[in-house]
Amino acid sequence: MQFSFTDDQNMIRDSAREFMTERCGSQQLRHDMERAEGHDPELWHTIAGELGWTGLSLPESVGGSGLGMVELAIVLEEQGRVLYGGPLLASCGLATSLLLECPAAAARDAVLAKLASGDSVAALAVTDDRGVSGLQAISATLSEDASGLRIDGVASFVLNGHVADQFVLAVRDRRGGHDGYAVVVVDSAKPGLSIEKKPAMDLTRPYARLVLEDLREFTLLVADSGECIERGLQIAQIALAAEQLGSMQAVFDLTTSYASQRIQFGRVIGSFQAIKHRLADMMVICEAARSAVYYAACVVDEYRLDREAHRHELAEAAALVKVHCSAGFHDVAGNAIQLHGGIGFTWEYDAQLYFKRARATYNLLGVPAVHRERIAHLLGLDDSTEAA
Amino acid sequence: MKIRFTAQEEAFRDGCAAWLREQMEGPFADIRGIMSQTFRAERRLEWERVLGQSRWSVIGWPEKYGGRDATLAEQVIFAEEYARSGAPGRVGHLGTELAGPTILHFGNDLQRERFLLPIAKGEEFWCQGYSEPNAGSDLSNVRTRARLEHGPNGAEWVIDGQKIWTSLAQFADWCFVVCRTEEGTKGPAGISYLLVPMKQKGVTVKPIRQITGDAEFNEVFFDGARTKAEFCVGKPGEGWKVAMGTLAFERGVSTLAQQMTFRNELERIVAAAKENGSARDPLIRQRLAEAWVGLRIMRYSALRMLSRATTGSLGSEALTYKLHWASWRKKLGELAMDVAGAPGELCIGEHYELADLPYLYLFSRADTIYGGTNQIQRNIVAERALGLPKEARGDR
Repeated sequence: MQFSFTDDQNMIRDSAREFMTERCGSQQLRHDMERAEGHDPELWHTIAGELGWTGLSLPESVGGSGLGMVELAIVLEEQGRVLYGGPLLASCGLATSLLLECPAAAARDAVLAKLASGDSVAALAVTDDRGVSGLQAISATLSEDASGLRIDGVASFVLNGHVADQFVLAVRDRRGGHDGYAVVVVDSAKPGLSIEKKPAMDLTRPYARLVLEDLREFTLLVADSGECIERGLQIAQIALAAEQLGSMQAVFDLTTSYASQRIQFGRVIGSFQAIKHRLADMMVICEAARSAVYYAACVVDEYRLDREAHRHELAEAAALVKVHCSAGFHDVAGNAIQLHGGIGFTWEYDAQLYFKRARATYNLLGVPAVHRERIAHLLGLDDSTEAA
Repeated sequence: MKIRFTAQEEAFRDGCAAWLREQMEGPFADIRGIMSQTFRAERRLEWERVLGQSRWSVIGWPEKYGGRDATLAEQVIFAEEYARSGAPGRVGHLGTELAGPTILHFGNDLQRERFLLPIAKGEEFWCQGYSEPNAGSDLSNVRTRARLEHGPNGAEWVIDGQKIWTSLAQFADWCFVVCRTEEGTKGPAGISYLLVPMKQKGVTVKPIRQITGDAEFNEVFFDGARTKAEFCVGKPGEGWKVAMGTLAFERGVSTLAQQMTFRNELERIVAAAKENGSARDPLIRQRLAEAWVGLRIMRYSALRMLSRATTGSLGSEALTYKLHWASWRKKLGELAMDVAGAPGELCIGEHYELADLPYLYLFSRADTIYGGTNQIQRNIVAERALGLPKEARGDR
């Protein structure tokens, strides 16, 4: 048991922080918000190629570096610090998590290889128009008619879907009177798929809505895959929480630094208990998030070595990080606005960007209440003896 | 980064779990699962002696002082298994977790030889002489004073003053007393850390009945009480550093044992909710889940803190720990009472006997006060971890 970073992990963090700080400052971010892509393609090229972050936690057999979820969490945290809007989370954190839960096969590995090299960007499509994610919310349907397999339906809130060239799509499998789930990969250019960019309250990272109408060309990765979709989403939640950790820490640091400099009544405002106590509470949230995220990342690495043994623990870890990091980030970002006062409410200042990102990620892959209810189920509360 | 224990460590777990189970199902079944700090005290002192004789009391200490030189992982495992077995809270914890480590770390050989084995064996019990009527959060405002006297018994400290909120003083053989030994000093300067025998004429212990009806803490009066000159830990006048060092030990391995206790408490609440049907109430379900999230995260934080402690000193994140668990447990107490519902208000026996959940509800109100209130903890986090300016003082 050694629950701290190794030297190598520290090195990854230091270089990731240095790179993101230098290349993705606030000005760059605001500039990227105005672009059609929502991010700088050249920077993405460096991240995927030179830095190799896209292949960081992928197996060497598909051209990855063979590192684990902890290392991926480290870079996701660092890109979260600067609210990076490129598809690192979407492709390497979300879509990849589901792909890795699909059975190893040539078709899957070919997709992973293209993601590892950065030649391709994938987005995860598992959410409906209400923003609900997971098996119950899958509205795209796989069926079969005289001319073969087809997919029809909708997938919403597809993060970075406007720049993806592949979609990892969960579908309801209704072939031959069957009712199950399947995972398919769809090329963005195929007929029958229309992609609509959806600018959101969080301008730093747009969504897309996919409409699938008589889509015929796709790769079926796995059928009867309810279990694999659920596990994939759980790992995706952990990736998302790692990013939330970075964002909440950054907006907390920003606020601490402001409170250390802003002078009122002849003293820096950070010397007033009304301010410093709130900062202390924010630090408790951030540190708890850090413990939770890296523990959960370790659980993923163990789960991938022995899926049967760690299934339950993965489900628990995934729910708890999503609960804590979503609620925590929102809380910290909200307090950041409050402690900054008027300037925190302006467009020019970055607090608003963090607040909006907090809300976007709060909703993504399920709001905390949904995951608390999952935990309640895991705690056995459904076996209550008496009806209330 | 590695969160699993090795096969060898798991074997150690099985060994200590088996021993603890044997004790709690056999000779000590009558004190299993006791929540009150003072209930069946005599039996619990016996339990301390059995732990000591079997060398399970202070496994992290060196072998020659009654420990097992256990690794950090082993200490973590034992702490977890201890709580899992339902073994009661340690009446000896002020000796094993505070006085002992302080003497081990800051004491000299003479003090180590004199004090450590009796603590380890459960032969001598300790209490903590910190707070005073006018030195609560402002601990360095202590007025209890001691002067060095040369008499027929050699050089001795003579102590006068009063301590308050002194837990378990009624069972203690010794007290570590923070007192002023230099006339005219104020604040942290001029304070010494003395080890004072409790069973003597100059020491009077008066129990204070608390919110739960128990009298776990006390007033302790020193009226010409004496101790040997060599029973001063650290140099005379430099005891503040030692006193603060003791507090750092409170953030050690014992936090994990404490969490297992919390886990047992949450499990009782879950069981009660399932039994009375409140487990179907969506709001109660949300709160139970939230409590569970907090509990798990505390465990991860403690493991992280301890892992870091093995590689050097505690990180600044350790400063947030007390604030985190105390706030969490107070909420747990409220949840316990909401799950218990109105029946939880009713006493279950004479002499103000309360069921477990209502007892927890009341007791948890202390968590955000003792060992540094939440308000003081927030100052500590803000000033030491975040580097914000210190509070202005009115007196110096």
